[in-house]
Amino acid sequence: MQLFKNTNYDFLGKKWPFIIASLVLTVAGFTSIALKGGLKYGIDFKEGALVQVKFAYPPPDNRIRAAMLQKIQGEVSVQDLSGSGAVNMVEIGTEAKGEGEHQLNANRDDMQTVLTATFGQPGSGKLDLNNTAQEALANRLRDALASASVALSEEQLQTLVRNILAEINTQHSGLITDFNQLSSVPGMNAGIMSTLRQECYLAPFHVVSAQMVGPKVGAELRKKAVLATLYALAGMLAYIAFRFEWIYGLGAVIACFHDTLITIGLFSLFNREISMTVIAALLTLVGYSMNDTIVIFDRIRENLKFSRKESLEAVMNRAVNQTLSRTVMTSGLTFLTVIALFIWGGPVLSGFSFALVCGIIVGTYSSVFVASPIVLFWHNYADRRRKPSAGGGPAAPRVETARKSPTKAVR
Amino acid sequence: MQKNLRTRTIVIAATILVCIFFIIGFPTSKAELVDHLKGNIRLGLDLKGGSHLVMEVQVQDAAKGDAQQTVERMMQDAAKQNITIPVQPEVSDPQTVDDVGSVTITIKGVPPAQASAFRDMVTSNYATYILTSLNSTDYQMKLKPSDLVDLKKETVQRAIDTIGNRINELGVAESSVQQYGQSGSDYQILIQLPGVDDPARAKELIGTTAVLEIVGVDKAHDTPFASREDALAKLGGILPLNERLVPEKPRAGQQGAEWYLVSKTPVITGKEMRNARSGQDDVRKWQTSFSLSPDGGKRFARFTGDHVGDKLAVVLDGTAVSVATINERIEDQGRIMGLGSEEEAVDLARYLRSGSLPARVLPLSENSVGPSLGADSIHQGIVSGIAGLLAVITVMLVYYKRSGVNAVLALFLNTVILLAAISALHAALTLPGIAGVILTIGMAVDSNVLIFERIREELRTGKGVIAAVDTGFNKAWWTIVDTHVTTVVSCAFLFLFGEGPVRGFAVTLTIGLIANVFTAVFVSRTIFNWELSRQRGMEALSI
Repeated sequence: MQLFKNTNYDFLGKKWPFIIASLVLTVAGFTSIALKGGLKYGIDFKEGALVQVKFAYPPPDNRIRAAMLQKIQGEVSVQDLSGSGAVNMVEIGTEAKGEGEHQLNANRDDMQTVLTATFGQPGSGKLDLNNTAQEALANRLRDALASASVALSEEQLQTLVRNILAEINTQHSGLITDFNQLSSVPGMNAGIMSTLRQECYLAPFHVVSAQMVGPKVGAELRKKAVLATLYALAGMLAYIAFRFEWIYGLGAVIACFHDTLITIGLFSLFNREISMTVIAALLTLVGYSMNDTIVIFDRIRENLKFSRKESLEAVMNRAVNQTLSRTVMTSGLTFLTVIALFIWGGPVLSGFSFALVCGIIVGTYSSVFVASPIVLFWHNYADRRRKPSAGGGPAAPRVETARKSPTKAVR
Repeated sequence: MQKNLRTRTIVIAATILVCIFFIIGFPTSKAELVDHLKGNIRLGLDLKGGSHLVMEVQVQDAAKGDAQQTVERMMQDAAKQNITIPVQPEVSDPQTVDDVGSVTITIKGVPPAQASAFRDMVTSNYATYILTSLNSTDYQMKLKPSDLVDLKKETVQRAIDTIGNRINELGVAESSVQQYGQSGSDYQILIQLPGVDDPARAKELIGTTAVLEIVGVDKAHDTPFASREDALAKLGGILPLNERLVPEKPRAGQQGAEWYLVSKTPVITGKEMRNARSGQDDVRKWQTSFSLSPDGGKRFARFTGDHVGDKLAVVLDGTAVSVATINERIEDQGRIMGLGSEEEAVDLARYLRSGSLPARVLPLSENSVGPSLGADSIHQGIVSGIAGLLAVITVMLVYYKRSGVNAVLALFLNTVILLAAISALHAALTLPGIAGVILTIGMAVDSNVLIFERIREELRTGKGVIAAVDTGFNKAWWTIVDTHVTTVVSCAFLFLFGEGPVRGFAVTLTIGLIANVFTAVFVSRTIFNWELSRQRGMEALSI
């Protein structure tokens, strides 16, 4: 089976519709960002405190917000995290807005106490089995089990507690709704079960994770994200300038910029958060997009060596057609793996995989329809300046290959 | 060709064995296999659960403390030498670490006649301070810059040691405390507690300064006041000399805190308490017992002997955790009784054992992941990985037919090498790291596609099978290098600037791509050669 055998599409001749499409997308992205008042930052870049909580039933957002506002100063946001594998999860957050680390830390601790006060049974004297830890549970059960005449050595007790917690955490995502769900825990018996029911209760929520980022750390992370991006782009430019003529380098970098801008614009359009892992995805895309562009440029260079009479446009077209099969295949295969991540990878990676999904599509497209036309435009412009009286199409310029370009031909 | 083929096959087989060893060792049973796997592949914080805390040591506290102690000693020395210092010197009170250098002692009202005597006393007894005179009677003292630097370093180091002791008590494996030199700050420390399942308790344990003092309660006013305002009202608005008001920790059921009037000078402090242990007394109430150093023991004996029937308060960081009546003279052992819970008694014992922090620590950032999230994430990572892998394998087999098998074998080997490298390097596998493995699958096939497409092209121009394979590999080699270099450069910067999870991603992707150069070229070529050598004069290649 072979797609794209000896194709001959006129990519560079029909470049205008695609350039316009690029511009439209970029503008749409910027408009979205402007209208929504900037990008949506994740906790990494935006100072604040966050708590992710899983509920046993669809979470009552308004009730949560009202309860939080009673204890916490400032705005409280309650966001539904359901989707991409998460069920009944919310993210409760407060922003810093000029508060220092003291207040943020207090807020983060308060969020937990408010949850217990609102949804748990703080006055009952019992231990919340859905939000407890090894030491606390062991200490609680030790005496109770002894008085219930269940004889366990200290080691057996610790193992039992570990098994109970493992059952809750790995089999039920940290939240059980009925004590009977623990009946399959190794070592469980009637005496232990009744002690559990007596000493513990099951809150309808489970705190999954918590983050707090103060102003100092937030500023630090923002700086690092920007630096990493700038350095990576600079590194790319240097590498391509080393391998090709400078205009090719410029074309490749502009294509990469274009990819990054459109992807960020899409993030804004689809209301997604930008976190440190998203930046990681963007940088990976930069590297990946460079790949595609280099492959096409390599081919152009190889073809230019052997063409004497063809125009640059024709040579470029041929190069793109020749590499079309490879480009579509590799992008397609990488896209398959990334789509798998997006669908099944879970909520933590959703921003990351979304960036990759958009980026691969845009990146492949830009290597063909953005990078090469830029080089073409430049050479046409340069030629017109050089020989203003020449008629017909300009002859394909001799490409100065970089000093150390390997003579082993590449695609 | 045959000998070459044999050498290559041996190399590949050896690689496979070494990698398998790194991943699962030589297990003798299924349980052992799972065990080895868990032991060899270290999980990052986001997969294992745990806490990642960045804290700032408030070194200005230590500077202020040093200044205050200097003031006390200075007053005593001045009295001995008959130098008049009419008013207690003031110590300035900077609130942030950036102002640590501005801690100043201001002395006012020294008679000009005693100026030189005063100056001699300061320069000989308090050599770490620089004395400047503001006018004929007022002076300022500031720590010498080099001594300030020493104080800062020592404070941070002692904080790290104390916190290290405390988290050792938690028994969390692979926990660590270290200096965190980001953005040039010297005062930040990073605390990692992988697998800790009670981050709130851990934070409290770490963050409590734990200055413990046993002080005498004012004899005339030894019943508690209902509130601070109430106390001030009853005392006529002024506190007696050398006394202060402290709240008592509210116990279960109480609404507000009760306040006690206690002495400012402690009888004994936490530094003199040794061998602290938590336990229960005869009536099953929780208590913390301790023994005293010889010095502390003598002082305690003298005080308790003189004050039988009076009350004592145990004050932890300015809050009284226990108030009790002295029944008899206590020599060298004591018990802090009436604590609210087992947790309180255990933590108090921990604070006594590890010592108090030399300065407060301020949490700058926290990332706590519960164990349930880690389990879910691993599960989701594996599911998406398998889905992606299956999709890629299917496409390769359909599109490239038997040569697709070639690519799939190389792909499996690639993944095995990647996992082995992660294990061997003790790199932590994070969730983005798993994404990196999945991404490697997609990018790894890229190399195979490059080679195969080139071979197809050569076949189309009419070349023979062997020549086509040869040329395909040769021509594709530099492009493979090019494409891998660009992504690795990106990953290098991600590694430099990223933290934890992002670093995990950079590491797995880089290793995956490097391994890919080996598998896509060396291994694929070997498989092709093997296939070609089996059928002499092959007419067509299944590609």
